[in-house]
Amino acid sequence: MAKKVPVQLILNGEERAEFVESGATLLNALRDRFGDTSSKGGCHQGTCGACSVLIDGELKLSCLVLAETCEGAQVQTVAGLASDGVMHPLQQAIADGFAAQCGFCTPGMIMAAKALLDETPDPTREDVIEALAGNICRCTGYEPIIQAVLSAARANAHQAA
Amino acid sequence: MALILQSFETIDQASAALNATGTRYLGGGTLVVRAASEGDLSFSSYVCSTDPALTRIWTKDGSVHLGAGVTMAAIARNEELAPLAKAARAVGGPAVRNMATVGGNLFAPAPYGDFAVALVALDATVETGGRQIRIDEFLIGRDAIKSIVTGVTFAMPAAGVFRFVKISRTKPKGVSVLSIATLIETDTSGVIKSARIALGCMADRPIRAKAAEEALIGATLTAEGITPAVAAVSRGIDPITDPIASAWYRGEVLPVHFRRLLLG
Repeated sequence: MAKKVPVQLILNGEERAEFVESGATLLNALRDRFGDTSSKGGCHQGTCGACSVLIDGELKLSCLVLAETCEGAQVQTVAGLASDGVMHPLQQAIADGFAAQCGFCTPGMIMAAKALLDETPDPTREDVIEALAGNICRCTGYEPIIQAVLSAARANAHQAA
Repeated sequence: MALILQSFETIDQASAALNATGTRYLGGGTLVVRAASEGDLSFSSYVCSTDPALTRIWTKDGSVHLGAGVTMAAIARNEELAPLAKAARAVGGPAVRNMATVGGNLFAPAPYGDFAVALVALDATVETGGRQIRIDEFLIGRDAIKSIVTGVTFAMPAAGVFRFVKISRTKPKGVSVLSIATLIETDTSGVIKSARIALGCMADRPIRAKAAEEALIGATLTAEGITPAVAAVSRGIDPITDPIASAWYRGEVLPVHFRRLLLG
């Protein structure tokens, strides 16, 4: 039987502790142990970006991070973005702009976009393209996603004003 | 079989643990965790260290030190390291740059390892096991290195002396067709005094284009002046073939991009 190790972290603002298999990736731990299946396993190689999450505010690929190294960390996934049943502006913009087709890349796209907007609230189109460069989408041709992120940034600015 | 993670507070403790068989040092995870996920059974235990010395960056008297655990993102956002930002940003997308480290890049097989190409042009010194090894020598012997790489040191290039380009088929980010880094110093009349040229994807690891370096000495950075160096840049190359490009294609486009970099 594989050795199990305890991992305690803050998942979407909530203190959580689970036993995970030693050497398990954060992606597998989130999906199999923490019950958060919002992050997707596309390639498990760090190529597709579908598993992107924020760890202590930094965008990382959960398929290449070991769960044990996240002890005590703040982990944010797309599952934690909505509050009180209201979608995050990025989620709303993706829905409004038909920027998700099969939807598999969307959780990673949104987290990559969130990492951008957290640091650069008023990004240029080039900033958005650069921020999403590690996330692959095979459906949309990217344009609706880029537009959705720009529109979410405008919505945020409107809210702040 | 499940893998075990052994984490140590100091580099020395981690080094001792690496003496055991079946261990692999874990830096940012972009190479090693990927290897495990792809079914690499050559190791059963990850060893890592949380020693703060590994993530330290310092600059002093024109010298730059990067700890082996410094990420590409940390380099790209550090204003003092502005000449290196382009090479750091050439690695992966934003998430990969938040993870990928200087130390890992030194071991990345082509087509990866674009930052190491920059370090070759910069004539960096690699620190490992208490020794200082010049990067050319380090890269030749890297497969046999057992000790942990703790950092690299190099002289900060003066403005305009260092150039870097990575060619990909997809924009803005993609796997390397090739990368080129040059460190070229000229005298006040524009005559080249010294030149170091490093190439990525032209072998299984970064190499120097020594024939082109020699051809540049005494020349000027003009279309005419660089012609012999452009003709010589492919001498001794053995490019990789992968799904991105064939060895033939890489060899054909190398002189074109080398010329553009020198005249750009």
